[in-house]
Amino acid sequence: MSKDVAVEVRNAVKAFGQGDSAVRALDDVSVDIRKGEFFTLLGPSGCGKTTLLRLIAGFETPSSGQILLDGKDITRDPPNRRPVNTVFQSYALFPHLTVAQNIGFGLEMQGRPKAEIAAVTANMLALVQLGPMAQRKTSQLSGGQQQRVALARALAPRPKVLLLDEPLSALDLKLRKEMQIELKRLQLETGITFIFVTHDQEEALTMSDRIGVMSAGRIRQIGTPRDIYTRPVNRFVASFIGESNFLSGAVETGGVRLSCGDLVEAAGTEGRSGKVTLAVRPEQVRLTRAGEPGALPATITDWVYFGTDTHCHLALSDGTEVVARLQSPATGDAGLEKGKAVALRFAPGAAQVLGD
Amino acid sequence: MPSNENRQRAASARTGWALSAPALLLLGFAASGPLLIVLVYSFLTPGDYGNVVWKFSLDGWRGILFTRDIFDGTLHLADANLTIFWRSVKLSLLTTAITFAVGFPTAWFIATRPAKSRALWLFLITIPFWTNLLIRTVAINEVIRNEGIINTLLIWTGLITEPLRIIYTDTAVLIGMAYVYLPLMVLPLFAAIDRFDMKLLEAGYDLYASRWQVLRRVILPIVKPGIVAGSILVFVPSLGAYVTPRVLGGGKNMMIGNFIELQFGAGRNWPLGAALSMTLLIIVTVALLFYVRAANRGSPHG
Ligand SMILES: Nc1ncnc2c1ncn2[C@@H]1O[C@H](COP(=O)(O)OP(=O)(O)O)[C@@H](O)[C@H]1O
Ligand SMILES: [Mg+2]
Repeated sequence: MSKDVAVEVRNAVKAFGQGDSAVRALDDVSVDIRKGEFFTLLGPSGCGKTTLLRLIAGFETPSSGQILLDGKDITRDPPNRRPVNTVFQSYALFPHLTVAQNIGFGLEMQGRPKAEIAAVTANMLALVQLGPMAQRKTSQLSGGQQQRVALARALAPRPKVLLLDEPLSALDLKLRKEMQIELKRLQLETGITFIFVTHDQEEALTMSDRIGVMSAGRIRQIGTPRDIYTRPVNRFVASFIGESNFLSGAVETGGVRLSCGDLVEAAGTEGRSGKVTLAVRPEQVRLTRAGEPGALPATITDWVYFGTDTHCHLALSDGTEVVARLQSPATGDAGLEKGKAVALRFAPGAAQVLGD
Repeated sequence: MPSNENRQRAASARTGWALSAPALLLLGFAASGPLLIVLVYSFLTPGDYGNVVWKFSLDGWRGILFTRDIFDGTLHLADANLTIFWRSVKLSLLTTAITFAVGFPTAWFIATRPAKSRALWLFLITIPFWTNLLIRTVAINEVIRNEGIINTLLIWTGLITEPLRIIYTDTAVLIGMAYVYLPLMVLPLFAAIDRFDMKLLEAGYDLYASRWQVLRRVILPIVKPGIVAGSILVFVPSLGAYVTPRVLGGGKNMMIGNFIELQFGAGRNWPLGAALSMTLLIIVTVALLFYVRAANRGSPHG
């Protein structure tokens, strides 16, 4: 294991319930999270994100597998012995304590000296811009302010890893955007490893250093936002993050022969043969003149105007549907007419062969 | 116009008072009337066959703490009375402590059941209320007396040869009161724990608190209103308890309640009984003031 890994999850399985009614919330999950990175777990509701986070925090123990922190096995350690803190989705602030007392709670439980607690609390209050609120009860704060207290409380003991379970989902859109920037700033300033859970793909793409995409208790792909978006490894990832056209074909020398009979260039054909599925992002589909190299004949079936761009629905010669997202021209309708025969091509490198 | 509005509001407030006046009068009279009578009686002279003679005297109040020597008429501290007061306070505090020690885990257990079975558990807790207090107390007597269930069982299993002497001791009174008043502790505790956000337990553990620290620093301060309410509901009736010490304590282990009854009955000293009643009221009020003040002093930091 290399030295720059903060958390290592090895073949973690978590089953709830017994026998036939057992649910496998996590099904053989392995992932390395690097020191100081902003790592996001992204997936639909019920895919096991919270369960994985609770395993790392220590609120659950895995049915099998291991959790390592800085190379040390912490699988059986209780939460209060793990230098890992959580920002809860519901914030879970202590209602009987003031803002400052909430923030100092972790340090106090660690038995740090009073002077240190006061100093760190003051720093944290400044960091989350809540200085004037120090003596308030948490019930007197707005949702965004409570969120900041929860963050400051979890950061104050300087954990090795900070876990955040959909911390922004309770906030309205404007506040959420602000907090996204705020979170990123806090992560850079503190240098603490963040493991962030969300089901919002945009949040994941804009904030993360790396993303782990989950579905049905498994991690389907791990990579940078650009990797995940441009090189999805399977159909789930390609459709969960952004939109994709899916085309079936067979691998040949020089590319993939589509079901409509045309040959197109595609990434990811190495080591593949036989039938495959290709994914192409709608914004990588262009209209072009018939007869150009790589041009596929198609018919316009419909188009929808969205302002900045126009979605053009096309049918290939065998009826396969393809959506192209075209930039709307300054004036006019770009000559889009239902039933018109056109040709389309994929931008270079845009077609990606998917695995299973 | 604001002044007009104000005037209207004042008028409607006046109407409100006027409309509730009959009820308020009745309530005020019902609450203070008997109390006034007791207060007046405490300053009168006992009659020969009970009742009172309308002649002012402080003997009732003096009798709380002192007895007059029959021969030379000097005053002595009444040790017997002090013993009774001390026993009452001690047993009431112990009853409160015991019901809390038993009631807290019970309330926690019920509050953490699934919603469906919770109603059933609460229902079970209230079942003893269906039976008359006297009958419940006599039942306890049946359990702990020398030839009762506990002693019979223990002797039968050979653990003891002589019956344990529980009945007619302070312990018996304590057992009885703890049993009788337990639901009064459990119900307010349940209400407080039911509102407690269990996520806070995880937040506590996550922030390096041990189980004990989570209990002391998170759970107890947050459910404190329930603890205060339960303690008051148990302590107050314990202090004035009459039936339980009478049935389980026998004649000797009197509490204030029995002592008061004695003055109005065989003792034929109504002014002393009235003065004792007022004293009980004062003790309860002072105890409550202290308790509520201490409880409001807030968390360990505050
Ligand atoms: N304590 C539990 N008991 C039973 N099933 C659970 C428990 N916690 C989670 N699950 C199940 O495990 C699966 C994953 O849940 P979760 O990790 O909360 O998903 P996510 O956070 O991605 O929405 C779900 O099917 C959920 O019903
Ligand atoms: Mg979740």
